[in-house]
Amino acid sequence: MKFGVVIFPGSNCDQDCFWAAKDVLGEKAEYIWHNDIDLRGFDCIILPGGFSYGDYLRPGAIARFSRIMKSIVEFAKKGSFVLGICNGFQILLEVGLLPGAMLPNKNLHFICRYIYLKVENSQTPFTHLYKTGQVLSMPIAHHEGNFYITPDGLKRLQDNHQIVLRYCNAAGLVDSNANPNGAVDNIAGIINERGNVFGLMPHPERSSEEILGSDDGLLIFDSIRKWLK
Amino acid sequence: MLKVEIYITLKKTVVDPQGLVIKHALESLGFSEIAGVRYGKIINMQLDLKDAKIAQRQIDQMCKKLLANPIIEDYHFKIKKT
Repeated sequence: MKFGVVIFPGSNCDQDCFWAAKDVLGEKAEYIWHNDIDLRGFDCIILPGGFSYGDYLRPGAIARFSRIMKSIVEFAKKGSFVLGICNGFQILLEVGLLPGAMLPNKNLHFICRYIYLKVENSQTPFTHLYKTGQVLSMPIAHHEGNFYITPDGLKRLQDNHQIVLRYCNAAGLVDSNANPNGAVDNIAGIINERGNVFGLMPHPERSSEEILGSDDGLLIFDSIRKWLK
Repeated sequence: MLKVEIYITLKKTVVDPQGLVIKHALESLGFSEIAGVRYGKIINMQLDLKDAKIAQRQIDQMCKKLLANPIIEDYHFKIKKT
């Protein structure tokens, strides 16, 4: 299979995602410039973390209008896989492939540390190698990760099992103490209804090898690969 | 030429972390009578247009498409002739 890693001006996790897909996982990977439009031959597009267009106006607000995004929306509509990590998640919200929006973290700090996540849905193409209820350790690094959605929108996410990852403590308890940024319902990652577009604030690529402090994130990339085989 | 001021604020139903911190900071400076603070943005724009009605339509489109996120933000604007 082949991963495509999109580079926007200001992306800074593109090389880490490329490394995780190609060098750690051992699959094909290619960079895609934000001005390109051709996605033929790709099985999964990764929108990496960073500060596309300097986060001007709102994170992801400018990137969603880059040329590649039109192709990515079509790619997603065909049912192909799109994975948005951190700023990539913010772009998926702005372009409307996922519901909701991001607010500044509740404490207004840029938070860069390891947190714990609970796998709430392990029936997705991105998480089927985990167990539901499993606790993962991954780093977050963001200023706008305070996920917001209307009460109706939240209910739809809950009813459709679209909440994939939630912030928890080491024992797997999901409560306000384990919520680093104020996100509604401790939401760290959600999937679209169709199950082919996944966005998350934590960085699986930065936790894809033990030498990095955790390899809990690798199974996200491996889940995609195994699902496609 | 028209001069436009666009105000973008978080919806009243959305918690505003920046407003809360500003309120807290002002209170710690002794301003104890603040009932609430909401933080927002102003965008100043000059338009090469004479017709305020056309400008109004255009600004509305700009806000809907890019300048505000309708999920979390409200906007309003003032148009002045220069």
